[in-house]
Amino acid sequence: MPDKTMIEISHVTRSYGPFRALDDATLSIREGEFFSLLGPSGCGKTTLLRMIAGFDTPTSGTIAIDGQPMDGIPANRRPTNMVFQSYAIFPHLNVEQNVGYGLKRLRLDAAEERRRVDEALQQVSLTGLGKRGATELSGGPRQRVALARALVMRPKVLLLDEPLSALDKKLREQMQVELRRLQQAVGITFVLVTHDQYEALGMSDRIAVMFGGRIAQVASPKEVYQKPVNRQVADFLGGMNFVKAEVLAENDASITVQAPGFGKVTTEKPPLYSRNGAGATLGIRPERLRVLWDDATAPHQISGTVVDRHYFGEITHLIVQAPGFEKPLSVSETNNYGADDIPVGAPIRVAYDPDALVALAD
Amino acid sequence: MKALRSIMPSWLTGYAYLYLAFIYVPVLLLPVFSLNTSPAPKLPLEGVTLKWYADLGKTPAMLDAAWNSLVVGLSASILSTVLGICAARALTRYRFPLRRPINGLIMAPLVLPEIIVAVSLLIVLLQMGLSLSLFTVVLGHVLVCVPYSVAVLTSGFEGFDRSLEEASADLGETAFGTFRRVTLPMVAPAIISSLLVSFTISLDEFIMAFFLTGTEVTLPVYIWGQLRFAAKLPGVLALGTILLVGSFVLLTFAEILRRRAERRVRAAGAAHA
Amino acid sequence: MSVQSESVEIALDFDWLIGMMAMIGVAWERDGPWVDGTPHGGTIPACNQTGTRSAAMTATAEGSRAAAPRRIERKPLLRSGQAQGLALVSPTLAYALILLAVPILVVVAHSFWTQDYLTIDRSFTLENYRIALTEPIYRDLLMRSLWISLVVSITTVVLAYPIAYFISFHGGRHKSLWLFLITIPFWTSYLLRVMSWKVILGYNGVLNSGLLALGVIDEPSTALLYNSSAVVITLTHAWAAFAILPIFVSLEKVDRTLLEAATDLGDGPIRRFVRVTLPLSIPGVVSAILIVMIPTVGDYVTPRLVGGKDGVMIATAIQAQFGKAANWPLGAALSVTTMAIVTAMAAATVFLIRGAARMAR
Repeated sequence: MPDKTMIEISHVTRSYGPFRALDDATLSIREGEFFSLLGPSGCGKTTLLRMIAGFDTPTSGTIAIDGQPMDGIPANRRPTNMVFQSYAIFPHLNVEQNVGYGLKRLRLDAAEERRRVDEALQQVSLTGLGKRGATELSGGPRQRVALARALVMRPKVLLLDEPLSALDKKLREQMQVELRRLQQAVGITFVLVTHDQYEALGMSDRIAVMFGGRIAQVASPKEVYQKPVNRQVADFLGGMNFVKAEVLAENDASITVQAPGFGKVTTEKPPLYSRNGAGATLGIRPERLRVLWDDATAPHQISGTVVDRHYFGEITHLIVQAPGFEKPLSVSETNNYGADDIPVGAPIRVAYDPDALVALAD
Repeated sequence: MKALRSIMPSWLTGYAYLYLAFIYVPVLLLPVFSLNTSPAPKLPLEGVTLKWYADLGKTPAMLDAAWNSLVVGLSASILSTVLGICAARALTRYRFPLRRPINGLIMAPLVLPEIIVAVSLLIVLLQMGLSLSLFTVVLGHVLVCVPYSVAVLTSGFEGFDRSLEEASADLGETAFGTFRRVTLPMVAPAIISSLLVSFTISLDEFIMAFFLTGTEVTLPVYIWGQLRFAAKLPGVLALGTILLVGSFVLLTFAEILRRRAERRVRAAGAAHA
Repeated sequence: MSVQSESVEIALDFDWLIGMMAMIGVAWERDGPWVDGTPHGGTIPACNQTGTRSAAMTATAEGSRAAAPRRIERKPLLRSGQAQGLALVSPTLAYALILLAVPILVVVAHSFWTQDYLTIDRSFTLENYRIALTEPIYRDLLMRSLWISLVVSITTVVLAYPIAYFISFHGGRHKSLWLFLITIPFWTSYLLRVMSWKVILGYNGVLNSGLLALGVIDEPSTALLYNSSAVVITLTHAWAAFAILPIFVSLEKVDRTLLEAATDLGDGPIRRFVRVTLPLSIPGVVSAILIVMIPTVGDYVTPRLVGGKDGVMIATAIQAQFGKAANWPLGAALSVTTMAIVTAMAAATVFLIRGAARMAR
């Protein structure tokens, strides 16, 4: 059951004249999964979402939902419902009428319709606000109305187009938790479009990272963060130190590189690595570099000098210039032990775990 | 510097009030002299009377003209609103080839000398073998009213969040159902507003009616005929005042409706912005 | 400055009218800032400007930031938006083609023909144009019409600019009220407004009788009515709103931080106005001139009512050819000549204004 495919996207391209908004995308989304399409503006994620919903048509390729090819099926006859970025709450209807909008087509009896509307309102914690005018609500409740209006249709797939982008930070974080909880409660496949990596990492079962109309990587949040396939993905998901490396040896599973500062490192082979690339890049996240206090030692350590320091409250970013490294390293350390008190100019040693080093295709 | 900055607005404010006076005095003279007992529009005023208004009711030619204006106004406003809905919907909703030239052509009667539009139409209608009548006046008035209808309706349709219609389709509604349940309720006030505005334009329009009418005349053409006789002036002033007040009431009503439509349309996205 | 940025948010009365001005502006101003619309049919970007709410909501975050080609061709719901749009606009377009474009072409055709009593001779001739351009009576009428429309458009714009400026920059909370007040008289019948000027300026009119009663003059002045000045005054009054609105729209679009930047860089209020505000409002000025100049050249009512013998304009002659004189080809040639020359004059004026604006910088 958990591995049943809900959405099958195969070789979908959407071009506008010479411009390809989406370029040969292939992807399958499983039933009951919380799936995110993550990428910067213009990467094609919204185009893909709108094609799943039926608001846009692939130039080539096919989309199937629950085994049914969707070619030629208009939006109003697809088993998907959408939460729009602007929420698209009908301003001439009240909350209840908005939520019940789609049910009217189903010609349910009045009591059943009532029951489903109430249930949906309850799911999004809007019980009792049914008679409110839709335009009297503020951003958060509006979003809940949009959510209830889509959920009440019991779609096979719920599509969410940047649903949290219009909310302030506090509310956004709260809604992230609620959305995740709701998804687990209803068990419907959710497809979320977002440009916020924390949103995607925090809510999703799997993430597709997209750039320039192409899907760069599809994996769990942990995997896209820890084992990004290339520099672009690594960079988009958070800070990373990059070092140019020379390839010494490789086999099917692993690769051995020589990198200044880190020496000879054998690591998992990056999925997209090919021999014709001139070399590889070795990367390590700033929080995987630990400050060595006092006399502490570690099997793998780097000595250097603090050249700059950025304070972020719970953590401090130390910029460390170390011999052998072309560019200074960024080290992220919690302030529990006084990293914020290390003065600029002080000598410093940092330790790392070789497993934290990732080889990236160039 | 500071002194200069504070002088500028006060100088400008004074000018603005003068300008308002320049705009308003001629318009307000009509009602004032329509109540004057003396038939000649002279200062000082002699006394207040309503007899010129009472006389109007006893003038069959004027009543005929009023009836004609009503018929022409209703026909022209309905036709031009229908055409306006098509154009405004197309212009706000779709991108298509030659969009700007088409828009330019539809709006052109607004910036062309009216007499040239009128005589051109006259030639063609006569050559098509149509005899001049209130029908030909309606044809001309529609041409003049459409740009206004398009403008009113565009403002009502503009900012109509397309995702509202998409949301409706997404929730299973057909194209026609979406139009009936979402689009129409939201733009209805703009449509009524367009009807009122075009009716007012048609009611006040003179040149087209003057050139395109046959034996039946509209109110402005009737007034034009009366202007030759000095003795008829008070009656004309009274009639003019009625038209003025009527236009004002209709337009204010139209504007209230249009703004309501606009608020409704735009409220959809306002709160999250 | 905060007062102004707040007031931009105020909903404007009759802002569809302002939008209309912008629409006309779009038709005329090829390289003006209004040319490029927003993705969702920004026919009246000026409306978006005044009512920033709509702009904020129409643009989906993705759509507004994505590459240009995709905004142009995004076609949701229906497969061919272009065909849909054309189909939808076609009834209105057909009406305008049949009852406006075709008639004007027919007039142009007539201008090359001749008429013998009731029959039209369709052999090509330039005789009508020769008459229109060389016969003193028509030449004088044409020259006077052009002169009057030039004077009226320039006077109207010069008088209107400070008002538009005042409303835009100092209107504050009353901005919408001011616009409302400016547009109301525009709704009263044109014929009636011209008539009130006749009442004001006449021999026994308001001005004369008022001045007599006050003892300023001893006998009524005949210099007020029935001359071209009366025509100019009346037309300037009639077209006021048409000049104020486009200028207001372009002033409203001037980003107030640009003015702060100019001040920051050392410009005083006057230099700042000349170097920043004025050049940025030129599109509005140009629209205003065109919107006033072209229709006034063919005005019929005003010269007939207040122009007298000295104020007769070309429209009277055109009307005569289509009416009593029944010489359609000559009337057509007069119409075409008038349109051609006024268009040329308008183009020249626009060119001069743009040139002057460039020099001012």
